[in-house]
Amino acid sequence: MTDSAPPNTLEARAHPGGWQGFAADWSSDQRAFKSATWGKAMIWIFLLSDTFIFSCFLLSYMTVRMSTTAPWPNPSEVFALTIAGRKIPLILIAIMTFILISSSGTMAMAVNFGYRRDRVKCAVLMLATAAFGASFVGMQAFEWTKLIMEGVRPWGNPWGAAQFGSCFFLITGFHGTHVTIGVIFLLIIARKVWRGDFDSGRRGFFTSRKGRYEIVETMGLYWHFVDLVWVFIFALFYLW
Amino acid sequence: MVDIGTVEVIPPAEVEDVELYHPKSWVTKYVFCQDAKVIAIQYSITAISIGLVALVLSWFIRLQLAFPGTFSFITPSNYYQFITMHGMIMVIYLLTALFLGGFGNYLIPLMVGARDMVFPYVNMLSFWVYFLAVLVLVASFFAPGGPTGAGWTLYPPQAILAGTPGQDWGIILMLASLILFIIGFTMGGLNYVVTVLQGRTRGMTMMRLPLTVWGIFTATILALLAFPALFVASVMMLLDRVLGTSFFMPAIVQAGEHLKYGGGSPILFQHLFWFFGHPEVYIVALPAFGIVSDLISTHARKNIFGYRMMVWALVAIAVLSFIVWGHHMYISGMNPPFGFFFATSTLIIAIPTAIKVYNWVLTLWRGDIHLTVPMLFALGFIVTFVNGGITGLFLGNVIVDVPLSATMFVVAHFHMVMGIAPILVVFGGIYHWYPKITGRMWNERLGQFHFWVTFLGAYLIYFPMHYLGFIGVPRRYYELGETAFVPPSAGTLNVFITAAALIVGAAQMVFFFNLIWSLFKGKRAGGNPWRATTLEWQTPQTPPGHGNWGKELPIVYRWAYDYSVPGAEQDFLPQNQPPAKRMPVAAPS
Repeated sequence: MTDSAPPNTLEARAHPGGWQGFAADWSSDQRAFKSATWGKAMIWIFLLSDTFIFSCFLLSYMTVRMSTTAPWPNPSEVFALTIAGRKIPLILIAIMTFILISSSGTMAMAVNFGYRRDRVKCAVLMLATAAFGASFVGMQAFEWTKLIMEGVRPWGNPWGAAQFGSCFFLITGFHGTHVTIGVIFLLIIARKVWRGDFDSGRRGFFTSRKGRYEIVETMGLYWHFVDLVWVFIFALFYLW
Repeated sequence: MVDIGTVEVIPPAEVEDVELYHPKSWVTKYVFCQDAKVIAIQYSITAISIGLVALVLSWFIRLQLAFPGTFSFITPSNYYQFITMHGMIMVIYLLTALFLGGFGNYLIPLMVGARDMVFPYVNMLSFWVYFLAVLVLVASFFAPGGPTGAGWTLYPPQAILAGTPGQDWGIILMLASLILFIIGFTMGGLNYVVTVLQGRTRGMTMMRLPLTVWGIFTATILALLAFPALFVASVMMLLDRVLGTSFFMPAIVQAGEHLKYGGGSPILFQHLFWFFGHPEVYIVALPAFGIVSDLISTHARKNIFGYRMMVWALVAIAVLSFIVWGHHMYISGMNPPFGFFFATSTLIIAIPTAIKVYNWVLTLWRGDIHLTVPMLFALGFIVTFVNGGITGLFLGNVIVDVPLSATMFVVAHFHMVMGIAPILVVFGGIYHWYPKITGRMWNERLGQFHFWVTFLGAYLIYFPMHYLGFIGVPRRYYELGETAFVPPSAGTLNVFITAAALIVGAAQMVFFFNLIWSLFKGKRAGGNPWRATTLEWQTPQTPPGHGNWGKELPIVYRWAYDYSVPGAEQDFLPQNQPPAKRMPVAAPS
């Protein structure tokens, strides 16, 4: 049983694991989250707050879907595309979902290369993520255009409950805004990584603070969150 | 000797000292400033200025209630606009902004031993977005049709329908202003939370934080989780009004015309609004709880009774506040089991709240009580808060709430618990920290005069209002007219209340005069006039300079409440005073 006894070194006593470690971190001085930078702690708390926003949007969507008396249009018909004479339900949404989830993969790799200080690979992968994100927003714009051409408006549509259009434009619009903001920040940070700002200690234009490679991870957390939210929108709005 | 958690070993610094932006011009020093202390002053001045507008609006409301039909500028439409803007400004733009943006910004970095907030640039943006929100709000007064008169709860469908004052522009500007406020607040709120969690100095553990920081910290977390509901509600109502969507709008026939709306849920808005609205009460109350704990402990020269319990009570209140919102909706139509649930959860909040009140009283017990002005306000808070809290037990019960709902009793209750009580703490807090902020002491006699007029006046205003509620005087009515159930004496009482309200409102000028006069003529206060233990009183300069501390950040050796420690030379031991007997040993790094 000697193996299971914790090593009695100063280092081990300072950083115990499990619940003891949790309690030790929270009762310690300076920082509650020992491995998190300020930016990382900030983005986690922001995402928690943002989760409440998206939850409220989705719960409101479900509530009005229940409260409206008009029939709810069938999403798999509304979001079908006719390709080569065949009507394929949700095909565009499936591609968009695939692209967005793939972008999470490239983002995760960018974070990894960022911590290895591999500037070029990190920047290229961030640019790839941004390209995926931009194509997602582009397809979203195509879908909006198609629906608007078919007569869907926030205040009504040809097939049933007016709330269908309201919720669609509101929720995908709010999510699309998140993706767009993400793409812009990906481009900004990719440029900084490429230029080597985080190695040379160049100061930010607005904040006049030195940037660090941790910002790639902070950016990544935001990006994964936007992906995760899309999964819920996909399940609750498109599949239901 | 009760020695609560002094350290023997100084832990090594985990994070290197931060680099601050050093202002180079007047504009970056006082206008677009990244220093939390300046941002705090900016927040406070803006909040108090817009609060004065709301104070004047309350005078107009009282004048109409006392002398209906006497003043030509108070039409029914104006009256509803006044009550709406009065409520909205006081709750959100004054109290929330002042406690979190004002007190939070000034006190958090100083009390946790930081040089500034963790993201000073975002902090600066926070204020300017808040300022923009206030400007949009003020703009609604000058828009065609005036500000919205939908009531501060903005219930649909009437909030956006023709016939409600301010339907043209007022409601749009109101919702836009709320959205801006929430964006601005979120930027600041993230700063406050991360600074408390991650930006503390060496030796400052969470359980050594002054309760002021705990109060502001928990309130900020509440706000970060509650404001999203208001944000969503505002966005959707804005779309209902501007684009004609029907999130909150059912099918409506107005003046014989079938409106284009249909199928939405007005109750959904109420749920979203109160999911924000109830935590909002505690967003205002928790910082007040924290500040009052520190005022009482400092001015009674005694450690706070049950510090850990005080912290856990704050956390418990914060958690519970998210599951009680339904008690605002008893008369909206509710399934009885839900009413039972919400009534039970509401009454359970009385337990942690009562723990706090008992602990304040036990802190005072056999303390060396100095009746300074901040202490008077703190004591006044306990009385008014208990008073307003007890009427809250009435309204939390479904059966008692149904007849009392929408009467003046409700107005009296929430003005006592959420208006007067936190405002007394605001005054107490300003008197307490004014010497640190300005380096000067205010006039004691004027302060005492201000307290007694405000405290006694508040009772003269709100105590009779409970009685009005019991006899059935409805709230939000432009005039009572002839009714079978309201006796004429209600009118006499209304005149009395109005007279008291005008006097109390005018007496606040004494407060402002005192602050401004003392800024130039007050006597020098010195670094620590209250002989307090917390870090903000131990700064090398008074007022604290840019970066708060000198070359070295302070090191904390003890909790915030070492008052009257037996055997100690002074009756207080500052948090950064090393233990007397043993010299601190540096930890092996």
